[in-house]
Amino acid sequence: MSLLQVERIARHFGSLLAVNGVSLNVEPGELRAVIGPNGAGKTTFFNLISGFFPPTSGRILFEDQDITALTPHNRVSLGIARTFQVTEIFPDLTVRENLRIPVEVATGHRLRPRLSRDADKEVRARVSELMEMSGLTEKADRLVGELSHGDQRTTEIMMSLALRPRLLLLDEPTAGMGDQETYNITKLIRGLHKDQKLTIVLIEHDMRVVFHLADRIMVLAEGAMLAEGTPKEIAANERVQAAYLGKTA
Amino acid sequence: MNWNRKRAGDVIVWVLLLTMPYWLQWIGGYTSLGSRVLVMGLAAMSLNFLLGFTGVLSFGHAAYFGLGAYGVGMTIKYLIPSTPLGILVGVVAGTLAACIIGALIVKLRGVYFAMVTIAFGQVFYFIAFRWNSVTGGDDGLSGWRRMPINLGFRTLDILGNDKALYYMVLLCFAVAVAVMAALLRSPFGRTLLAIRENERRARFLGIPVERHIWVSFVISCMFASLAGTLYALVNNFADPHDLHWTQSGDFVIMAVLGGMRSFWGPLIGAAVFVVFQDYISTRTENWQSFIGLFFVLVVLFFPRGVLGIFRRKATL
Repeated sequence: MSLLQVERIARHFGSLLAVNGVSLNVEPGELRAVIGPNGAGKTTFFNLISGFFPPTSGRILFEDQDITALTPHNRVSLGIARTFQVTEIFPDLTVRENLRIPVEVATGHRLRPRLSRDADKEVRARVSELMEMSGLTEKADRLVGELSHGDQRTTEIMMSLALRPRLLLLDEPTAGMGDQETYNITKLIRGLHKDQKLTIVLIEHDMRVVFHLADRIMVLAEGAMLAEGTPKEIAANERVQAAYLGKTA
Repeated sequence: MNWNRKRAGDVIVWVLLLTMPYWLQWIGGYTSLGSRVLVMGLAAMSLNFLLGFTGVLSFGHAAYFGLGAYGVGMTIKYLIPSTPLGILVGVVAGTLAACIIGALIVKLRGVYFAMVTIAFGQVFYFIAFRWNSVTGGDDGLSGWRRMPINLGFRTLDILGNDKALYYMVLLCFAVAVAVMAALLRSPFGRTLLAIRENERRARFLGIPVERHIWVSFVISCMFASLAGTLYALVNNFADPHDLHWTQSGDFVIMAVLGGMRSFWGPLIGAAVFVVFQDYISTRTENWQSFIGLFFVLVVLFFPRGVLGIFRRKATL
């Protein structure tokens, strides 16, 4: 059974066909990369999966359940978490608080007017665990808005991870990062994939990252799927080379 | 250390409030001025629960404030002359209205939300203004008085004794403020901060943003209507102006003046506002120009409000 099945999904913006009948199956434990030139519809595709807006046509199944009409927060509670191309965090709160909020949502506390001592302890422990995993412990009480770009993006990934997702969507996790930061994030994502067997779909422009991480790659161009396969197959695909890899190389 | 500072601030505020009737006359005040500061402070802090801690600007809180005021006045005048029952009726009326109106407007954001809150607020204003036979119309609802509270073992004479009234108001204030403070420290309170900080992120962390804003709006309006009931009791009078959108504007000014990112800020703002109003209005009718000037100066130079002045010094 596939974890995520996207069936011939499409989205128009006025006369623009941003995503045109794209299908995708993601198996449990898989790390899938989505690549393609700018304007290929990658982020729109993510927005459709995460429920940012509804598709014009097509269906999305998560664990065989039709989620096409669900709200974003319902999809999160089923286990779909995402990050954004432009970092979306809570800038005026500390790292600890940024992580604490999703931990409390994931444990079903979000409407609680108070927490029991035990529940509070559990939440704190989970937050510490997340910070240690990502090397954010020393920055726990700093405002996230004051951290480096790399640390902000790491925080955002950890916030999504705090939700204990079954499927993690990462929109260009290394965007705007230097080599060292890119290396750190790549290592973090690889750990999530290999050690925690987390299913991940990521959009990425950095081909070193893509070929290092991905089990399979989907190539989008002008809203449609151009090719799909293992990194080897994609690297050898002439249409991909012509349309995409050739241009950037 | 930060935490200790905050604790110290809380203690100072409570000590000042508890002793206010005993030192207020030394600086030229009087006890019912203190009661008004508390009432307006509560209204501004309630508004700020929504504005400062959820990031949603309401320009219509006077509606709930006024519903509280008319609720208590009409209960005592027409139904049963009981102060606690009047307070209850006023708060329930304001809260119910907030539940319904909140559900209708919770999808709107920013200026649109503010405009629609004004519009709904004005509906209540015109009802109070026009329905002469019931609300007293233009003249306001008079011909009633707050009733002494029977505690069983003794009677609390809030009618004749200014200090008793002050402490009754302070008790209501303390309960409301304690509840709001506890909520802001809770998981629910943190989801509100999340919405203020970044609504998109909050939504994609699994928070049903509209539902949480609605709850926050209702809580905020509930305490605003409590403030309204107390205001009417302090004045023995409900004024249609209590419902007017300019009154809503005053609450916003108090919150911003004091500092909307801080918990006590709006109380400070309300104190400044009420004292300004009291002192300057005896000398000139244009007291509002002075408030306006002061407001502009604070916003320009201390965008985090009066309390922000101290904060900034503390961090340097």
